[in-house]
Amino acid sequence: MNGFLTLFYKEVLRFWKVGFQTVGAPVLTSLLYLLIFSHVLEENIKVHGLSYTAFLVPGLIMMSILQNAFANSSSSLIQSKITGNIIFVLLPPISYRQFFSAYVMASVVRGTVVGLGVLLMTLFFVRLPWAAPLWIIAFAVLGGAIMGTMGLIAGIWADKFDQIAAFQNFIIVPLTFLSGVFYSIHSLPPFWQKISQFNPIFYMIDGFRYGFFGVSDVSPVLSLSVISSCFLALSAFTLWMLKTGYKLRS
Amino acid sequence: MIPAIHIEGVTKSFGKVEALAGVDLDIQQGEFFGLLGPNGAGKTTLISALAGLTRPDNGRLAVMGHDVVSDYRAARKLLGVVPQELVFDPFFTVRESLRIQSGYFGIRDNGPWIDEILAALDLSSKADTNMRQLSGGMKRRVLVAQALVHRPPVIVLDEPTAGVDVELRQGLWSFVRRLNREGHTIVLTTHYLEEAESLCGRIAMLKQGKIVALDTTENLLKRFSVRTMRLRLAVDVKLPDTLLGRSKSEASGDHTFILDSCDEVETILAQLRSAGCRVEDIEVGKPDLEEVFVRVMNPS
Repeated sequence: MNGFLTLFYKEVLRFWKVGFQTVGAPVLTSLLYLLIFSHVLEENIKVHGLSYTAFLVPGLIMMSILQNAFANSSSSLIQSKITGNIIFVLLPPISYRQFFSAYVMASVVRGTVVGLGVLLMTLFFVRLPWAAPLWIIAFAVLGGAIMGTMGLIAGIWADKFDQIAAFQNFIIVPLTFLSGVFYSIHSLPPFWQKISQFNPIFYMIDGFRYGFFGVSDVSPVLSLSVISSCFLALSAFTLWMLKTGYKLRS
Repeated sequence: MIPAIHIEGVTKSFGKVEALAGVDLDIQQGEFFGLLGPNGAGKTTLISALAGLTRPDNGRLAVMGHDVVSDYRAARKLLGVVPQELVFDPFFTVRESLRIQSGYFGIRDNGPWIDEILAALDLSSKADTNMRQLSGGMKRRVLVAQALVHRPPVIVLDEPTAGVDVELRQGLWSFVRRLNREGHTIVLTTHYLEEAESLCGRIAMLKQGKIVALDTTENLLKRFSVRTMRLRLAVDVKLPDTLLGRSKSEASGDHTFILDSCDEVETILAQLRSAGCRVEDIEVGKPDLEEVFVRVMNPS
């Protein structure tokens, strides 16, 4: 095994060893969202001609993928920095590209595992169509990769756990909740519809939902273009941070 | 022969603090080398620069001829570093930690060597124990094992025995001596000067980011250290006038003479005998590295 594969394996093994916390808990949280929101709104709201529960499920799955992909890379890196064991990764001949790829791919794996867990649990409540499965996979992987990259940026930048928590609570969670997980942006006033279109997570959720139903608020091609551009820009920035050793190599 | 470690004009500042102020040093292959200095002298910064953890402002460093920046992959494969801090990954067992560390260096199926290191460091019975459950001394030994999983020819030990009990320390040094006999280059930093004196063939002393002494341990002891003779005379006996200016006397009747050579012992004793002074106790002190260290660090 080379350095990249080992680091990827280590990152996957790390979250798998605490699976109750890293997989079980977010699946349960999503299930609670589904139970509460669908119970309250199922009879009152239809979106794009779909039942509210059916509309909600892809959003919840994608939200779980995104939040857990972010949590994986950010928590692993900040823990390693604070406990000092980051040295085990910095001493070997692992390139900055390998470092980046291993952390991001492990984040995608965790996001996907949690997303699959949510999908399995929601099968008891609603049967989803699979209009365009390749779009589902593309948005899940790319969305997880973007949030894994964001997690890396946060992990590299932060010096304390509460900085990571602030990053998560003041940036990631608001962007996720205001991205159309629980509603279609067409239900918003025009001003807020415009604002929502500056939120990259909106395109991740909308494109992912398109994969199930074949309907979306904006074109899936546009969504894919937006999030691909975001991924490239964030990756370039993160690779620069790693190459220069920002906050990792003094 | 290519030096195991080549350091040339290395400077490094952290803000206004100059951690390394132009260090030049070559360490030859197979040496057991000591890097000594007070806290903040720049030892760990120098090791960090060598390991690629710190980027020097100027100068270059190479391991077995491979530049640690431009050819970092080759340099890091040839270097094993035991860090000063007691760090570990709480998610894994000892064996998992060592297998993962092997993988980072591109080594598969490293089981036999891992078993050998575990046995040599008396960790075999703890191989499947989680790192969190180990004592401080055991964690320190795992750090040594992690630095050795890829069989590096150059091994840097940054204060490896800090907080380690005597028995463990002896075991660790026995293992490191074996590695040195087998051809590994060892670079050691320690605050235990007696360890450096007994282990290292050559020593560099750092002060405020500069090398202030660099020589074989034997030459340093000869150059900077002196023999002393401590005498206790019978009560109420005074030194003869000829020796008064030469000794440091204490109220207890003890007198300490600094000797330029061993021949002076006989000369001083002869003067005492002719003055009728009875000597109750005598002790000749050997030069030691601690004294060298104090003299080098405080030349006044």
